[in-house]
Amino acid sequence: MSTPTWKNPIVQWVDHRLPIVTFLDHAIVKYPTPRNLNYWWNFGSLAGLILVIMIGTGIILAMSYTPHTSMAFDSVERIMRDVNYGWLIRYLHMNGGSMFFIAVYIHIFRGMYYGSYKEPRELLWIIGIFIFFAMMSTAFLGYVLPWGQMSFWGATVITNLFSIIPFFGESIVQWLWGGFSIDNPTLNKFYSLHYLMPFVIFALVFVHLWALHTHKSSNPLGIEVKGDEDEIPFHPYYTAKDAYGVGLFLIFFLGFTFFAPNFFGEPDNYIEANPLVTPTHIVPEWYFLPFYAILRAVPDNFVDVWGILPVIISAKAAGVIAMFASILLLLVLPWLDTSKVRSAKFRPTYFWLFWLFVIDTIILGFMGAKPAEGTFLLIGRLATAYYFLHLVIFIPLVGKFEKTKPLPESISAAVTAGGSDAKEGS
Amino acid sequence: MADTASTAEGTANGSSDDSHDDTKRDFLLYSTIAVGAAGTVMAAWPFIDIMNPSKDVLALASTELDISSVEEGQSITAIWRGKPIFVRRRTAKEIETAQATELKDLPDPEADKDRVKKSQWLVMIGVCTHLGCIPLGQKSGDTKGEFGGWFCPCHGSHYDTSGRIRKGPAPKNLPIPPYKFIDDTNILIG
Ligand code: HEM
Ligand code: FES
Repeated sequence: MSTPTWKNPIVQWVDHRLPIVTFLDHAIVKYPTPRNLNYWWNFGSLAGLILVIMIGTGIILAMSYTPHTSMAFDSVERIMRDVNYGWLIRYLHMNGGSMFFIAVYIHIFRGMYYGSYKEPRELLWIIGIFIFFAMMSTAFLGYVLPWGQMSFWGATVITNLFSIIPFFGESIVQWLWGGFSIDNPTLNKFYSLHYLMPFVIFALVFVHLWALHTHKSSNPLGIEVKGDEDEIPFHPYYTAKDAYGVGLFLIFFLGFTFFAPNFFGEPDNYIEANPLVTPTHIVPEWYFLPFYAILRAVPDNFVDVWGILPVIISAKAAGVIAMFASILLLLVLPWLDTSKVRSAKFRPTYFWLFWLFVIDTIILGFMGAKPAEGTFLLIGRLATAYYFLHLVIFIPLVGKFEKTKPLPESISAAVTAGGSDAKEGS
Repeated sequence: MADTASTAEGTANGSSDDSHDDTKRDFLLYSTIAVGAAGTVMAAWPFIDIMNPSKDVLALASTELDISSVEEGQSITAIWRGKPIFVRRRTAKEIETAQATELKDLPDPEADKDRVKKSQWLVMIGVCTHLGCIPLGQKSGDTKGEFGGWFCPCHGSHYDTSGRIRKGPAPKNLPIPPYKFIDDTNILIG
């Protein structure tokens, strides 16, 4: 790393003592990037932008929000009605949460389609799953704060999941609650943690980028960069491409914020929390629905049927374990996938499996929003079974038996030959 | 400093003392680690315990309830420790079906007589043992499920007229809180 000399004397003075300008120059200006990245590569930086928006709007909301069971709901209503532009900041924060998950889900599926998680980017992927986990907890904690009916009952159902832990379950749940039910101590605690977690995510993102910059971005062809002709500097090429994506994203995001701000929400959350009345239909936020469907899909007598540790693991435990397993399995995806070829472009069988998996998670999402009975439950169970089949059976097997298509010689050869891949580089 | 001293000593007294010294060092090292670890655990405890229920929360742990106005076939809901308490004055028919149920038909076998102090009065914590929703069945218009007791709408658990789980994902019967009859018309919960 040769330290460049900067023309501006102040920049030079600072950089000589703290090479921050050099660092940024390496990381986002000269940073060599594969020349063929397509628009699916926009969603990482987009997620980063949304994180910043969430922290910004969140800190402003915190200035008018009161974390007390008797005042929380009213304080949010006051933000909506009386505080100048309070409605805007709150709707940005509310819809921003949904945008965050949209961006990250696309980002994750991008990784699956193009095999971005494969050697040497396994750790990068694993840190990503940690970020996803941290995001889910942050969103869950935040959703409790407005203290509506869904806040209260969603929190009740989710915290009760921990009661299945053998022997200590009950004490752990009481510890989480700081009492005998979701109450003021719980709200205070969740507020404190909701403020903390985004900064934990920020730190994780930093580590994620550190790992990314060690082996650089993968690309739609999934082949290694062979030389300078395969790369272009990040600035101005990808800064411009990312900025264009940000523009489109803002239209989408602000479209919801201004014209359908409650589209992603539940009307029941505009009713103040009431510990004595459960809403007839508890649904989590949309981004949790596939996992909620898995939670409810495992048959009550599943464990009895299979006879695994029936004493310790009760029926409800099986559902909880399945739900956590569905996320934890993603951590080992780099090792479940036995194929050396990264991109689904060159994997004709995996290509279909990938799309079936996407459809499967969408079906799970729809079933998560329905009452768990009759046909819905049946579909939910089949989709859950397929989810695990895909990850544990199909992914390892297809890598062994699939006949992959020939890989191009290099990125530059593929994108300049005028072949069908040329458009990828635009 | 310690290193220099031990080397000097080791040279003076021969190598056998060296290993003697090593054991002493190991002892010091491991005991330091052990004491340090124990200290860390003890220091961590206040940070964990502060999140447990506090004294004022625990102090609200009992509730007195007047049940004189409850008619047969009616229920009332009280609050104890932030949770709903279901108090039902059961009808003769409800008591009879509850008592007639065979234990082998129950996922969580418990005789009706072990769940009540006076067979007419059923006092339970009204929190579904699945994931904590409040079952329906307290109001006369509510759906009471297939067993005529309570029904949890969240994931479809059916409870019978003794509050025992009969069908659905909940693993256990609705729990009975600690309570006693102060006199015929007043009960103390907790
Ligand atoms: C990872 C970033 C974040 C996510 C995903 C997130 C998510 C959420 C969600 C889903 C809600 C519920 C919105 C509603 O339905 O009303 C919420 C509320 C809230 N959040 Fe965040 N949040 C984030 C960062 C922050 C930060 C950094 C703060 C700073 C203190 C904050 C402060 C608040 C406050 C005060 C509320 C309650 C007001 C309201 O409900 O609108 N959030 N958050
Ligand atoms: S909480 Fe009652 S059935 Fe799930």
